[in-house]
Amino acid sequence: MVTDETLAKYDMTIGIECHVQLATNTKLFSGANNDARDQSPNSVVSPIDFGLPGMLPVLNRGAVDLAIKAGKALESTIAHVSRFDRKHYFYPDLPKGYQTTQMYQPIIGPGIVHVPLDGEIIDVHIDHAHMEEDAGKLTHYGDYSLVDLNRAGTPLIEIVSEPDIHSPQAAKAYATELYYLMTYADVTRGDLYQGNMRFDVNLSVALKGATELGTRSEVKNLNSFRSVERAAEYEFRRQVERLERGERIIQETRGWDDATQKTASQRSKEDAQDYRYMPDADIPPIVLTDEEITRIQATVPPLPAEYRTQWLSLELDQSVVDSLLANRSYAVLISEIQRNAGDSIAKRVAHWFSSALGHDETETGIIASNFTPEGFIELATMVESNELSSTASKEIFVELLTSDQTPRQIAESKNLLQVSDEGAIAAIVDEVLADPASAQAVAAIKQGNDKVIGFLVGQIMKKSAGKANPALAQRLIRERLQ
Amino acid sequence: MTNIAEIQSQIKASSARSVVEAALTKARDNENYHALLSFTDSRALERADKVDSGQITGRLAGVPFVVKDNFLAFGAPTTAASHMLESFQAPLQATAIEKLEAEGAICIGKANLDAFAHGGSTENSAFGPTKNAFDMSRVAGGSSGGSAVVTALHIVPFALGSDTGGSIRQPASFNGVVGVKPTYGTVSRYGVVAMASSTDTIGTFATSAADAEFIMSIISGRDARDMTTLPDFFVPQAIRPAQKIGLIKEFMSDEVDPEVRARTNEYAERLRAEGHVVEEVSLPIVQYTLAMYYIIVPAEVSSNLARYDGIRYGHRAAAPTSLGDLYGRSRDEGFVAENKRRIMIGSYVLSSGFFDAYYQQAQKARTLLIRAFNELFESYDVLLGPVTPTPAFRLGENTSDPIKMYLADIMTVPASLAGIPAISVPAGVSQAGLPIGVQLIGQRRSDANLLSLARSLEEK
Repeated sequence: MVTDETLAKYDMTIGIECHVQLATNTKLFSGANNDARDQSPNSVVSPIDFGLPGMLPVLNRGAVDLAIKAGKALESTIAHVSRFDRKHYFYPDLPKGYQTTQMYQPIIGPGIVHVPLDGEIIDVHIDHAHMEEDAGKLTHYGDYSLVDLNRAGTPLIEIVSEPDIHSPQAAKAYATELYYLMTYADVTRGDLYQGNMRFDVNLSVALKGATELGTRSEVKNLNSFRSVERAAEYEFRRQVERLERGERIIQETRGWDDATQKTASQRSKEDAQDYRYMPDADIPPIVLTDEEITRIQATVPPLPAEYRTQWLSLELDQSVVDSLLANRSYAVLISEIQRNAGDSIAKRVAHWFSSALGHDETETGIIASNFTPEGFIELATMVESNELSSTASKEIFVELLTSDQTPRQIAESKNLLQVSDEGAIAAIVDEVLADPASAQAVAAIKQGNDKVIGFLVGQIMKKSAGKANPALAQRLIRERLQ
Repeated sequence: MTNIAEIQSQIKASSARSVVEAALTKARDNENYHALLSFTDSRALERADKVDSGQITGRLAGVPFVVKDNFLAFGAPTTAASHMLESFQAPLQATAIEKLEAEGAICIGKANLDAFAHGGSTENSAFGPTKNAFDMSRVAGGSSGGSAVVTALHIVPFALGSDTGGSIRQPASFNGVVGVKPTYGTVSRYGVVAMASSTDTIGTFATSAADAEFIMSIISGRDARDMTTLPDFFVPQAIRPAQKIGLIKEFMSDEVDPEVRARTNEYAERLRAEGHVVEEVSLPIVQYTLAMYYIIVPAEVSSNLARYDGIRYGHRAAAPTSLGDLYGRSRDEGFVAENKRRIMIGSYVLSSGFFDAYYQQAQKARTLLIRAFNELFESYDVLLGPVTPTPAFRLGENTSDPIKMYLADIMTVPASLAGIPAISVPAGVSQAGLPIGVQLIGQRRSDANLLSLARSLEEK
């Protein structure tokens, strides 16, 4: 094991390749359904995806449009002319014997991602992003393997970053920000469990101050932000250990094992295949005009940066902002509330969402897109006008998420409305003040010890079963003791 | 001559069934030519009966035809003349066949070819060569040899083929029929086993330019399933008088058979007699076209044949010991020597470190070739030359020498690489009685002009 002091002698350099599954209805080159979830194996496969003789690709224009949208999210230039190439290798998950990709002229040019991390912004440059088709899936059993081509031909873009990342935390933050960008731009369904976004982490280490980068390893197919971070941590440590032992780093592809939290070698560069790239003559170039690009990019919904800017006046903690951005429908909702009902109301609702839903990357099961802002605005307004206590409002909020009743209906049925009727509260105040148990407190207040008034308000709240408006109760006590 | 009009009058006089039956009988009577690999009797006769009962109609109702066996078609396997696809039953049909069937035409069989269309003699068929229609000791030409021979033997009035570097024009020339290689993208390639994606074209054989023109008007057109198809442009047209025609000097060198040159010059004279101007032109770059072709086409071949891996369909080697063994033996057993030769050349020129030196250079040279053609077409409407350096050669004559076999393509590959239309038209016979054709080459989308020119001469 290397010590922290040893680790501190080294810098790490990370570049990330991210495969994003595009949310098209059909595959990249065929009319087969692009949503293979819950489909039986080989049931959404067209003769084109199957690689039947004589079949030709027909480019899905919807996929091109999504790539153009992704380009906007990445602040990239879009190529006026881009082309498809063939990448050859033999494997049973690859029906044509080649993957159709963009090797030489990708559609998305250089760009940049601004990654928030610990209150700062790290700029990660994008080298390019290209369109390509996914392969099928192989499942191995004893002495045989089964091929499922449902995923074969699914449209992807591969986003290739520059090596601008220098910590596992930054790697995670970059992956997270890419996820936000791609889901907010409507490029992908963003289902990480289904592998809608997969990350390859390229990492090398070098002694601090070294002018040349070390030999890199590539950890492939990470499908969660946490595994990106952990794999980078593991690889950093592993490479430093090797160097400290006087060994060299082998350029290789490694796999991440979630169970052991380790990477393991899959193949070294020496066995790397020659993919024999060549232009795909079956697919004419994608030719785009500025007008087309502008028209398509104008349909991109607001991106995370826009929400962050809009929410500055809410003065939310970073963690609250993150938990809201983690699901675009929350972000949309909060912004709508902010526009319709102002900062104070929006801030209240933001905190409810943040604390009730947490910010885990796993699904909460609650689909906020079903919500309308009205219920939340009403609830927050009831708190502001003292009709509800802060505690009661949280209970109603949770109820509201799964209820079709209004907040007022829920408050009434749960008997949580604060009593603001002066007569009713006055009666309770009089009762409490007359109570011999209060005599000591009353005397103390009259002598100028104002803090004790809290005790009396507490008694009133108790007697009213929490429904009395505490501010009103306090005013009535003061009136009577003056 | 058996042309479409005559077949149609026979159908009118008797029935589609009797015409189709007669074609099938004639095909079987001529099986010694080995022009057909399979017959589609039951589907053909069923369709003939539907023509007779009026359920199937169209401009080709009941007219029998044949397709090269690299077209996916119903009623028989689609073998590409290979063991790889020996028992492959297509679940769909090529667009060109669908278009003909929509006009009532009836496919009666699948024609022999060089396996996967690799070759110029049909000797590379895994099932044995097709014999020349005029001399059974000679080759049919190829790769669409079977389609040429069934047309030449008047078994059917037309047959479909594919032309990647001369595979329609050369066998048409060897068998005395008309062969059309259209502008790249004129006819959909959908449903045709791919050879070289950037030069594959679909065309037809017929006994006359008039019939070829008619068939082209049916099978051409934009197809949403083939992104490289051009918007519809093929419309038969009246002969344009007084055209300027360039006779390609480099195609008339001493290395070309004197009788071939003589027939070509006679054809030039006939064009002059019709009021056209024929002048000698030079296209020096053609000397490099074989080099370009045998880099670009094998590269694309190696890619397009990668899908034949024994996993999903096609030949699979028995008792594989590993995935590598399964791939290796399935492909070794399924492909013929010429397929393997082209896969190896193609893999080599695409390899890392060689791609720039070979493939990219060849593509640059190809651009120069296209430019050279375009420059000629600024001054000339049509280019003229022979189709092949010699009439049909003897079976086995070139099989041991692939280079010699490739050299026979020297006059057909330029139009393929340039993507421009070229047709082969009968121009007489040699003293030995072997057919000789001439080639008319035009600029992109001038297909109809080439056919009207050929038609105007055959009407004389």
